[in-house]
Order: sequence, then C-alpha cells, then structure tokens
Amino acid sequence: MNLPLQPILASLRHHRLTTALLMLQVALTCAIVCNVAFMIVTRWGEVRIDSGIDETSLSMLESQGVKADATPWIHHAEDLTALRGIPGVTAAVAVDTLPLGGSESSTGACASSEAMEAAIKANSIDGQSACAEFATLAGSPGELAALGLKLIAGRDFLPDDYKTGDISAAIISRELAERLYPGAQALGKSLYNGSDTPVRIVGIVDTLLRPYLRDAGINQFTMLWPQLPNDNSVTYLLRSAPRDSERVLKAAVAVLNKVNPQRIIPAKRVRTYTQMRDSYFQRDTTMIGLLLASALGLFFVTALGIAGLANFWVQQRTRQIGIRRAIGATRGDILRYFQTENFLIVSGGTVLGMLLASALNLLLMTHYELPRLPLYYLPIGALILWGLGQLAVLGPALRAAAVPPVVATRSV
Amino acid sequence: MFGYYLDLALRSLRRNQILTALMVLAIGLGIGASMTMMTVLHVMSADPIPDRSGQLFYPHLDPTPLDRRKNALAPDPTDNMTWPDAMALLAAHRGTRQAAMSGGNLVAHPEKVSANPFTIDGRYTTADFFAMFRLRFVAGHAWTATDDTARSRVVVLSEALSRTLFGTDDSAGRMVQLGEHTFRVIGVTAPWAPQPMFYADAAAHKFGESDQFFLPLATAVDLKLDTSGNVSSWKKFSGDLTASSVTWLQFWVQLDKPDQVAAYRRFLFDYSAQQKALGVYERPADSARLDSLRERLVTLHLVPDDLRLQSWLALGFLMVCMVNIVALLLAKFLRRSGEVSVRRALGAQRRDIFVQFGVESALIGLVGGGLGLLLAQLGLWGIRRRPDEYAQLAQMDTAMLLSTFALAVVASVLAGLLPAWRACHIAPALQLKTL
Repeated sequence: MNLPLQPILASLRHHRLTTALLMLQVALTCAIVCNVAFMIVTRWGEVRIDSGIDETSLSMLESQGVKADATPWIHHAEDLTALRGIPGVTAAVAVDTLPLGGSESSTGACASSEAMEAAIKANSIDGQSACAEFATLAGSPGELAALGLKLIAGRDFLPDDYKTGDISAAIISRELAERLYPGAQALGKSLYNGSDTPVRIVGIVDTLLRPYLRDAGINQFTMLWPQLPNDNSVTYLLRSAPRDSERVLKAAVAVLNKVNPQRIIPAKRVRTYTQMRDSYFQRDTTMIGLLLASALGLFFVTALGIAGLANFWVQQRTRQIGIRRAIGATRGDILRYFQTENFLIVSGGTVLGMLLASALNLLLMTHYELPRLPLYYLPIGALILWGLGQLAVLGPALRAAAVPPVVATRSV
Repeated sequence: MFGYYLDLALRSLRRNQILTALMVLAIGLGIGASMTMMTVLHVMSADPIPDRSGQLFYPHLDPTPLDRRKNALAPDPTDNMTWPDAMALLAAHRGTRQAAMSGGNLVAHPEKVSANPFTIDGRYTTADFFAMFRLRFVAGHAWTATDDTARSRVVVLSEALSRTLFGTDDSAGRMVQLGEHTFRVIGVTAPWAPQPMFYADAAAHKFGESDQFFLPLATAVDLKLDTSGNVSSWKKFSGDLTASSVTWLQFWVQLDKPDQVAAYRRFLFDYSAQQKALGVYERPADSARLDSLRERLVTLHLVPDDLRLQSWLALGFLMVCMVNIVALLLAKFLRRSGEVSVRRALGAQRRDIFVQFGVESALIGLVGGGLGLLLAQLGLWGIRRRPDEYAQLAQMDTAMLLSTFALAVVASVLAGLLPAWRACHIAPALQLKTL
C-alpha cells in the first residue's frame, strides 16, 4: 500500500490551527476518559465486594424499646420465639450490626499479653505487629448458620459461650487470623484485649466483611462475638426463601407489635439485606452512573467534532478530489487519504492525551486520595479513540470517495 | 447593521442545519452539566444565617494531653468543648450573647394513648441560643438563664412537632412526655432550618430537617438524656459527661464589633493560659483559637468529595465542548473566505467581518444556552430524586438562571473570538483570484 503521507502533512500544516484544536480535543477527551474509566472500575470493585454471607435469603428489622428495660435480652428472646413462628422463617437471630450495616463497634486486641501491654504503654495499637483493630459483630445463638457463613476451621459457638457480660470465645475472619498469627495456626490461640480474661479463638470463617468499609487491607478484619444483645434497641435478622422476604417482614412487624406494642419499629429499617446493601452503596452507584454518562458524553462530542470537521474538509476539497480521481487515484486511495489524515490527528491527540491523563491522575491523587492510574489504561484509551476517530471519519470519507472525476472539469 | 448580520448569521446557520444542531447540542450539554453542578455547589455553600453570619464565632480550646495520638479515622476531639470549659465561658459572659449546645434525641409520647410513640431530634442548649440565632416564637417564649441554673423541666417545641403532638400551634403551658420524663412546653418556634445546619456537631447531618425541640442543657445533663454527635474522651470514659476529659459540646458566641472580636480572642488565650497554670491543660495558651462562621463552615467540610469531583468533571466536559466548537467555527468561517473577501473588496472593514461572525457565534451560544438551561433543570430534577440529604436543596434561583445564560453566551462568544479573528485577517486579493 502506498500511503501519500507527504500531501497529507502539507495539508494539515496548512490548517495548523484547526488541526491543533482537534488534537487538543482528542487529548482532553483521552485524559479525562482514562481517569474516569479508572474511577468506574475502582468503584465497581467496591460495590461488588463480597460480604461472605448469604445475602439473598436475609432480611431484617429494627426494634427500639420506649420504656426503660432492666433485662432487654429476656424480651429479645421472647421476640425471637414469636418471630420463628412466622411461616417461611427458617432462622431468626438478634444482632447488634451486620456486614455493611453502617454502624460498627470496633476494638483492638493482640496475639500476646506482652504485645497488649506494649500497645497500652504506647497509647496506640498502630505499629504493633501482633495487634490489630477490628470490628466486632455480636449476636444470639444460631447467628453463624443464619448468616450462612463458611467455617474453614474450628466450630460454631456452644450454647454455654453465649453471655450478656464478658465473653471468652470468638470466631474471627481468615484475614484477621493471618494478620494476628502470621504463618501460624490461629485456632485455639488466645486474644488479649486488655480485660482480665483472654478470648479463645474457637473458629475461623473464610470471609466476613466489616459493617463500615475502610481500606481494602482491613475491610475483612472482623470478629463474631457470642455476646447476647442486651440493649434497648436491637436488629432482628430473619432467614427465609428470597421470594418470601416481603411477606415475612410484614408479618414480623405485626408479630412484634403484638408481643409488645411499647416499641418503635422505624419503617425505613424494615428491609431485605439486598435493600440495605444497595442503600449502603447508593452514592457509589450514582457516581458510577454519572461517570459512565460523562465518558459517553465526551466520546459523543469528540466523534461529533471529528465528523463535523472532516465533513467540512471534504466539501472544501471536492475539486481537488475530482482532480486526483481524474489523474488516476482510485476510490480506495481517497478513502485511505481521509482515514490516514484522521489517524495522524488522533495519534497526535492521544500522545498528548496520555501525558495529560498521567498529570490529571497525579492531581487527583493529591486532592481526592485516588490510587495511581495503572499504565495499561493509557493504550486502551488510545485504541478506543483511534477506533472512534475512524468510525467518525468513515461517513465523510465515503462521501469523498464517491466524488466523480468529472468534478475536476467543472468550475466551482 | 446588526439586523443585517443577524440575517446573514441565520442564513449561514440554516445552510448547514445538521452542523448547527450539533454545535448547539455540544454547547447545551456542556452548559447543562456545568450549571447543574454549579447550582448544587451554590446552594450548599450558601450563607446559612445571612443577617447574623458576620457576628457569629466558634471558640476552640485544646484541653487534650500532649501525648495524645492523632487518629485519622476518629473525629478531632478539640472540635468540641468540655462541660467545665463551656460553663466557664458562659459564666464569663464576654460576648454579646453565647450558648453551649449538643444534639439530642428523645422518644416523644403523643397525648393520645392510641398514637404510637416516635423518636425526635433536637438540641440541648442554653438561654441565649434563641436570640443569638434569631428564632421567632409563634407562642410562648424562650427560657431564661434562671431556668438554666435551676435545671427547669421546660421545653421549646418546633411548630411542626407541636402540631403533631397536640394538634395545635399554641401548646405553651401544656405538658409533654419525652422519654421517661414530663416537661412543660414554654414556647413554640416558627419554622427555622438554616441550611447548612452550621451550629451542629461535625458528625451531624447538615442539610434537610432541623431541630424539633430545644431543652435546657443542664436539665438534659441532670436527667442523663441521650445525646447525639461525637463524644471524645482521652481518659477512661465513666459515662460522666461533665468530666474535664470529655469533649462533646458546641459553643457559639455573638461578637458585634471588631474590637470585641480581638478582645474575645485575648480572653480565650488568657483562659487557656490560666488553665495551664492550674495544671488542667498541658498545651500552650496559643492552642486556643476563634473561628468565624465562614471558617467553621470550611472545617465542617460541607461539600462531599464526590460532589466536588462531579463538578470538576462537568467543567472538563464543558472545556472539551468549547474546544470542539472553536474548531468547528474556525473551519466554518475559513471556508467562507471567498465571501469574506468579496465583502472586504466591496468596502467592509475588518471590524465589520469580526462583528458579523461574532453575531453568528453569539446566536449559537444563545440557543445552546437555552438548551443548557433545560438540561440543567433536568439534571437538578434528577439530583432532587437522589436520597442524599442535600438533594432537596437543588433548586435554581434567579441568580443562577441568569448566570447560566451569561455563561452560555460568554462561552460561545469566546469560542467564536478566535475563528472570527482569523476570518477577518484573510487577505482578500489572494482569495478573489481563485474565484
């Protein structure tokens, strides 16, 4: 193939300003879209994060007692008995919070009492290698099974483990076990949290997400705690077939109000786990939608600019095209001319765009705590823009190729 | 001449309808996206209390020990005040008015036994709160400093809560059960909801519903009522909120004149130095500071990062649209070199050509601005449907409406500037030869 680069470059030099503007537009689009795509992928990863529990079978409601109560757990147990009587409910437990539930109790603990003493002395557990800060999830008997958690070592809590006061057994997540006892078996070891009795690790679950997400490295730092919820407000977790959840929730509100009407059940807090998860990530999903829309908008405007300009140039050069056709250029030659011209412009734009994309990423990293843009985003962005450019120029180029040689003999 | 240029512009735009439509669409999209975000930022950074904002100040004291470690995940304990400090500042009475406050939530029991109890959010505060923040009363009145010291069981209700509980605006003198205790309603306030709710704790929600009730702070502490907001303690927390190692109170002071502000700042330093001399504080006197309301709003970080990012994205989008239009107009104007040269040869000056093309660009901008306005309204409607707390505020006022148009026209005239400049510098002789 014999590409007439010389005349193309000469023509572009003639339209320097317009060419530069188009390149600038491609560059800006490339820079913004690369970063936007990266943000979309990052957020999507966050939204899709695995909670480790059997989400679709779970639903929940909150109950808040309005009278002072000396023995809340006794009343929660009565509520649970009534809830288990609802047809379709296969399990009912009382919990303080759930993965992605938003509100979190966290605590620090160490693998040895010496490490704990060092941490207390330093007034911080940061920097203590055998210590970690993690979220605790308390619940009534049957929580492990109700959540559908996968135990990879050890056992579930025994009925005797459950208490309202200080407890002595815990189930921790795999990642927390690896953090506290690197390279060693965590099962059966004791955890020191500064109280008089250490806590023994009786089981390890594969995945259990925190109620409130932080950094990727510590999102799995969680502990199940056999502490009976003994507070005036409590969350009841119900397990049922997914198709029954709406009906079960409605029945649950009625049942609880029948057991004791002196309570508040906020309507917004009666929901399935999926609804709760969606509302936790609502901001992120909106943001993903907006980012996607703006990326598409940018592509659209850029394609529009390329097509519009090519259209002008074709009109402007109709006579030259006719002359070239008359002296032997084929339709393919004309088509390739415009395609090559576009390729050169977009290439210039993307080279500048890749530099701009990296600069923009550095700016975003300092202001918005975004991670570094992986380099492979840049060539992908460039490829897409090349494709887009070729697609946008195809229409005008085909029109140019259709110009008959006879035009050369006519005056404008 | 203007009419003639308008006619020329219309003809030119009509000659290439698809391209004109695309240019209008591009500018409309850019303007629409930017104005949607600008409007949201505009309403979120509005002055919450316009007639008083210049006189309100937020004192900061730092009673934390020297070896306290900063924790990036935890809120700043010095953002709030301890009970002993707040009481000392109240008693000193150095400002025109001052009040200490904290958020609180209670369970309200309606008069009718059949109605269900419900939770309400409100504020525990001191007597000056109402006059300092300019609350109006539709019935009754505020409590006095005497009620504060006597720990009276009185409450001020919002009009809406009064109506829900008693079915009337005028519930002054009635009794209401909140939580475990009974309070006498002393006053009912007219609707009052500064946006953002600048006076609340940093963790509290800042937009949307405001306080439904107000209770004397000392009474709330006495009865151990539930508070909301950050409670930071740097010693083992015993549950006693009046301890000198627990910060949880917001403190606002009204200072009318600049010399009063300077005097208050000195007073804070002196207080801080005195506490250090007494061995209560460990940090130097200049750890104290006095923030204006504006500075306080900055600390509260009212605009979420996502929203700022969206605004930058919208502006970036507008920029790409502008570059696009400059390129298209340039190509379009230069294509008419022949026409320009004939007009120049017939006596038109460069200025005339410049104005002619300027009118054409402005016309595109005007139509694009109209489209942008429609798109911005659509965008704001979309934002109002989001469940974010600021969503309901997303409305365009007249100022924003006019600036949308101004931005569209200015942007497109600017975009037309370079192409028009190039077009009026075409050498006529060269072009005429080729005709």
